[in-house]
Amino acid sequence: MKNRTAIGAVLSALMALGAAGVWKLQTKIDGQRESLHLESEDLMMRSGSMVKRMSLEYAPLMAAIYWTRAVQYFGEKHFLHDQNLELLWPLLDISTTLDPQLLPAYRAGSIFLSDAPPRGAGQPDLAVKLLERGIKANPEQWRLYQDLGNVYYFDKKDYTKAAEAFATGGNFPGAMIWMKVMAAKIATEGESLETSFFLWKQVYEAATEKQTKDNAELHLRLIQAQFDCREIDKVADTFESQNGRRASGMIELVQAGMLKGLPADSRGYAYVLGEDGKAKLNPKSPLAEKWESIKK
Amino acid sequence: MKNVLTVAANTFREAVRDRVLYNLVFFALLMMAAAILVGQISIGIEKSVIISLGLTAISVIGLFIAVFIGVGLVSKEMDKRTLYALLAKPLERWEFLLGKYFGLLMTLTVNTAAMALGLYAALLTVAQPLEKADGYVLVAVYLILLKLALIVALALLFSCFTTPFLAILFTAGIYVAGVFAGDLRVVKSVAMDAATMDSGTLKLLRVISYVLPNFENFNVMGAVAHGRSVPASLVGSSTLYAAVYGATVLILAAMVFSKRNLK
Amino acid sequence: MEHWGVVCVDAGGRVLKNRGMAKPAIEIENLTKEYPYGFLNLKKRLSLEGLTLQVETGEVFGFLGPNGAGKSTTIKCLMRLIFPTKGTARILGRSIDDVGMHREIGYLPEQPYFYDYLTAAEVLDYFARFHGLTANDRRERVQKMLKKVGLESAKKIQLRKYSKGMLQRVGLAQAILHEPKVVVLDEPMSGLDPLGRREVRDIILELKRDGRTVLFSMHILPDAEMLCDRVGVIVGGKLRGVGAPEELVGIQAQGMEILFELGADEKKPTLLARATRTGERYRVQLKEEELYAAIEELKQAGARILSVTQIKATLEEFFMGLVEADRAQAAAVEVNGK
Repeated sequence: MKNRTAIGAVLSALMALGAAGVWKLQTKIDGQRESLHLESEDLMMRSGSMVKRMSLEYAPLMAAIYWTRAVQYFGEKHFLHDQNLELLWPLLDISTTLDPQLLPAYRAGSIFLSDAPPRGAGQPDLAVKLLERGIKANPEQWRLYQDLGNVYYFDKKDYTKAAEAFATGGNFPGAMIWMKVMAAKIATEGESLETSFFLWKQVYEAATEKQTKDNAELHLRLIQAQFDCREIDKVADTFESQNGRRASGMIELVQAGMLKGLPADSRGYAYVLGEDGKAKLNPKSPLAEKWESIKK
Repeated sequence: MKNVLTVAANTFREAVRDRVLYNLVFFALLMMAAAILVGQISIGIEKSVIISLGLTAISVIGLFIAVFIGVGLVSKEMDKRTLYALLAKPLERWEFLLGKYFGLLMTLTVNTAAMALGLYAALLTVAQPLEKADGYVLVAVYLILLKLALIVALALLFSCFTTPFLAILFTAGIYVAGVFAGDLRVVKSVAMDAATMDSGTLKLLRVISYVLPNFENFNVMGAVAHGRSVPASLVGSSTLYAAVYGATVLILAAMVFSKRNLK
Repeated sequence: MEHWGVVCVDAGGRVLKNRGMAKPAIEIENLTKEYPYGFLNLKKRLSLEGLTLQVETGEVFGFLGPNGAGKSTTIKCLMRLIFPTKGTARILGRSIDDVGMHREIGYLPEQPYFYDYLTAAEVLDYFARFHGLTANDRRERVQKMLKKVGLESAKKIQLRKYSKGMLQRVGLAQAILHEPKVVVLDEPMSGLDPLGRREVRDIILELKRDGRTVLFSMHILPDAEMLCDRVGVIVGGKLRGVGAPEELVGIQAQGMEILFELGADEKKPTLLARATRTGERYRVQLKEEELYAAIEELKQAGARILSVTQIKATLEEFFMGLVEADRAQAAAVEVNGK
């Protein structure tokens, strides 16, 4: 009997060794696979209709799976700071072909697609295509018109079409009043900070998941910064007209009594005056690097 | 060791006579159909489709054999009372178990090799002559075989302590979970609500992702279908992974089986 | 070559319980087996309770008992197929944990089906490989065994086409192919027609002549009476009696029985009143001392006497008595409430 417990102990030790070995090997394999881009980076089938046929009765389930893959794909790329988002469109295409009523795919998907890199795929045309398909399949969803208007306004800078979208959407029962208001404003003014701020605010308030909300929040902060800088520039212009030269720094404006203390951005970093004498974000602010990406 | 080989040889013979290998006919027909049709309906991707389809079929058919027959390895011998007669011989329980394992592994190897031949035959009909890159397909087949070896070990383990039906369920479940195991390691960044998951859950997910068999390790279909090579170091690591993981599972199976009261 | 000592037999060829010269072939001590059952396996059922017995070398020992009494359980414990909760056992002086000891034992499991797609010759060859025989040896012995159990003509047919009886014979063959010292058979007569049973009986007797020890479990009591040197009766997981069959049931004859037909002139003897009639024949039971008077009377009446036999208690009656007693006890226990 003593023999048995001895053997049992040896075997258990071997198993523990095995488990440790497995852990170590897995890490090694992960590294080897990654450096060779061997992850299932490819979609075997890019044809939405083929996938639909192969899904038999389970198309909506498959749609959910593909949509989830799209979300994971997008998030992973983000995490890895990888700007190559070529599979995003196919994944969204397939998801919405499998289930044309999959609203989150249209809504969040259009943002992922249209946003400029590095945050998004920078493909606003595809975003428009996606949304038009969504509108066709879900004609009563006025929010899709909101998304469409956003894409035209922010990424395609096509203010006529943007206004159109907002106007059409605004006509729906249950649509919010501001849609029509925005339609008019954009038709006349085109792009403006107030409009931009307002539109992003709508997105922020209506967003239910974190990624969309965070993204909208970022935009709002940046637009806020633009507002602030605009106001500071007005003060700096006054200073210039009074003193014949641009102020050398914020301190001067404060000392001149034109500012009640150092104005700071929403992250708490004080604005600075650039070489051209215009206000801009403090380079140390986390918003500064995002600024560059927004500015394309 | 001789006993292990004896049991293995008999297991192989049984599988052959039980017409398990007839699935090869189905596979051959599938490959022929694919080779004929693909050429008609698409341009330029015949090769990659045949390779992808062939590898998928090899993987899926192999999976079915590994799970269903793997689970039956022990239970069938119990029902037929052959196990009872065998254990009355100078044969250790672990020798029996290992013998059954290697017997099925042999069957799978023969089956897979035959299918690989069929795959190459189909390739030849759509693209001659074969290029060097087509040799990489063999690497993919080898890795699939490694995966199957691991699955058989798991099926054997489960069949040692539950009913065949449950064992099939568990094995299939672990297979599906194992395919996504790698993703669990990236969850930290990717979940929509990643920040709302506490670090305890994240750590747990991470541990689970290592404990589960990572079947993605053996998938190089994407590379091979487009003629890209697979480095030897990866093949080596994957072989080691399958060997170590498989051995651990088999040791556990042997320990469980040696304590089991046979009904 | 271990020397198992001298085995003593009586005039009738039956092995006598050893006088301490030969070691017992099988020793079982306090074997107990619990089976958990019920919700969460909390309740326990005792399928074997404190079984202690010995099988002497060279003896044919029969295990008798109703279904579920624990015969199979005992045998499976011996073969290490199930693990006893308590108690130990030794075969040929070695612990049952010793797998090497299995070289010397042969086992026929209950209701074997074996491998569907193998032929009898292949199955026997396969099983024989574990005994380390050379290929020639194996071939020879497989042929011999097939002949012995009467399967020679069917040796190339796959087992899935075999009848139950044929499978039983394959099982028997694999149990004795390697000429083991101890042979354990679980229900060896199961599924056999009378001819088959006769053949198995002959094989068992042959094994005994070769000096091998045979332990088997059985339902068919008359066969047991005929074959066994000793029997052990198990009812309800407990050993109720061990000994030579006639020891268990008592040697005394309980009386005599005369079978007769009436004579041509139909004279009626007074015995007729006590006789039972079946067609033309009459059966009457009497005490031994009345025998000769009765025969004389029948002779006077011109009756034709067909047979005179002893009435002995059979193993079956002894057996039934035990079963009834056990049931009564169990019932009593229930009434009193655990």
